[in-house]
Amino acid sequence: MTKTTILGLYTDANYAAEAGEALERTGLSNKDFDFLTDTPYPEGALGERHSSHRLYIFPFIGALIGLTTALLLTTATQVSYPLITGGKPVLSIPPMAIITYEGTMLGAILFTVIGIIFESRLPSMKKQIYDDRITEGHIGVVVTCDESKVNDVEQALTQAGAIDIKKENV
Amino acid sequence: MQEGRILSAKRINNDLLRGVFENPLRYWLIIGFLAIFVLGAMGAAGYMINRGLGVTGLNRPVYWGFFITNFVFWIGISHAGVMLSAILRLSKAEWRRPATRAAEVLTIFSLLTAVMMPLIHAGRPWRVIYWVFPYDFSRGIWPDVRSALVWDPSAINTYLTSSILFVFVALIPDIAVIRDRTTGIRRKIYGVLSLGWRGSTRQWKFQAIAGILLSALILPVFVSVHSIVSWDFAMAISVKSWHSTIFAPYFVIGAVLSGVSGVVTVMIFMRWIFGWEEYIRKEHIESLAKLLVVIALGWFYFFAMELIFGIYGQEGDELATKHMQMFEPPWVWFFITFIVCSFCIPVPMWLFSGVRRSMFWMVVTTILVNIGMWLERFIIIVPALARKQVFSGTWYTYAPSAVEITIVAGTFAMVLLLFLLFAKLFPLIPIFDIKEGQVLRDEIQVGRRKVPAVIRED
Repeated sequence: MTKTTILGLYTDANYAAEAGEALERTGLSNKDFDFLTDTPYPEGALGERHSSHRLYIFPFIGALIGLTTALLLTTATQVSYPLITGGKPVLSIPPMAIITYEGTMLGAILFTVIGIIFESRLPSMKKQIYDDRITEGHIGVVVTCDESKVNDVEQALTQAGAIDIKKENV
Repeated sequence: MQEGRILSAKRINNDLLRGVFENPLRYWLIIGFLAIFVLGAMGAAGYMINRGLGVTGLNRPVYWGFFITNFVFWIGISHAGVMLSAILRLSKAEWRRPATRAAEVLTIFSLLTAVMMPLIHAGRPWRVIYWVFPYDFSRGIWPDVRSALVWDPSAINTYLTSSILFVFVALIPDIAVIRDRTTGIRRKIYGVLSLGWRGSTRQWKFQAIAGILLSALILPVFVSVHSIVSWDFAMAISVKSWHSTIFAPYFVIGAVLSGVSGVVTVMIFMRWIFGWEEYIRKEHIESLAKLLVVIALGWFYFFAMELIFGIYGQEGDELATKHMQMFEPPWVWFFITFIVCSFCIPVPMWLFSGVRRSMFWMVVTTILVNIGMWLERFIIIVPALARKQVFSGTWYTYAPSAVEITIVAGTFAMVLLLFLLFAKLFPLIPIFDIKEGQVLRDEIQVGRRKVPAVIRED
């Protein structure tokens, strides 16, 4: 069945939250709609769904890769040109620890950023329903539903105080 | 706190994107003025590369002069940025909002400038690639990881990459705001840069986590970078007054002092250039001034300890260097200027609320701090090298040449120029952060008084 995406625009967070409740009364679950805002609202302020994630794995993987790369680099470069200086061992732990530390942190940070972008579902180059007024303080309620439910959804959004409604077929 | 008015989202967009969409004459006049210095510095650097390091004042045994002093200085400035931003984010300080972006951007441009200094100092910049990057497969000669001069690029590379990513992640929602206000090719470019951001609840959730998580990861890197820069000196056994165990924390706290001062200076200039009186308010500058008092006192403690340890050990070389730095001209004049500018004048002044809330006095005092901190690095580096060592065949004192002075002056212009050019493309105050502050603020009735309040999420 064809799915339709509907965007309702609100001027106030209370109206948007009410729209969410009205949508649930039409039989939709909170997985079927989302809120688009220009600023982060406190979690749960709009009655949005709780989304799970695995972001915290990313820094650990990055740190492990960074640590391994830095250890290999420092070990291999010293062993490949074993110049003894002042009778000191060729593989000297303190300086290796410094570069290894930097490598570990670099890996952790790189993978954290990758994780943040991935978990935010970005980059999203597919054209999706949107309105420029959202970055001017309006709140968008985006609903994806079956065609049979479009009228109910439009009615729920309008009754909650939507100032404008847009539709797109998915 | 909370002295500002409640502003609409549209008004915030218009005000904070003024730098991107408007072209005030004074902006271009400042750009032109700074560009002259940058071009002058580029010319001087080109002349030096063509003629060799002989055109500088460097000579045996003073091989490190203005360039390395400037390198340490700009690394120091870069520390304020992310440190300030990260600590304020982690502590959820409400007054962080207008300061974070400027601090982070200052970090990137001062780091880039700092990186240029050793490259220029090398005389043949393109050869540095042999020394920094482990790629010499054919001869099997690799950079010596036991050298502090190899630790340095690895730390700076980590810090620079992290800072750029930190700024980029926090910029995504603001780029989307610009995208929505532009047309044609600009809209397409900003659209690509915003990665298709729409401001869904999931995207905001990860934006908030990103701020906290990246701050927590960058803070240890920030501490390590200036520690490693200090080890460029502290690991050198032959230069007695450098071989000090206290150098790492001493350099870090010095970097924080000069960096936070730099952020205050830049914020006040931003307020003046873009007319952001509603956003960079007296309460913000006052809070930063209070923070500066604490940092300056911490720095003074380490300064005093470094001095006391040097004298208490009663080592001849160390005492001689300290004597040279503090009592022999011309170094004594630099020493007095340094301590007066970085501590004796600004700190007592910051104790007065009138000074902390005065834009004029805060610009003056923070610039004084940075004059002092630049001289501090100069005093650490040059006299220690200029002093005659046991096996020195030749020695002489150091005086910078016109080429060095031009290049160093150009670096100051370059950081400001890059900063202002950034403001032409992206907002220097995080729009979404300011809007969040507006959403979370309220007034509550306590007895007979209405008190501003802020909702805080844990």
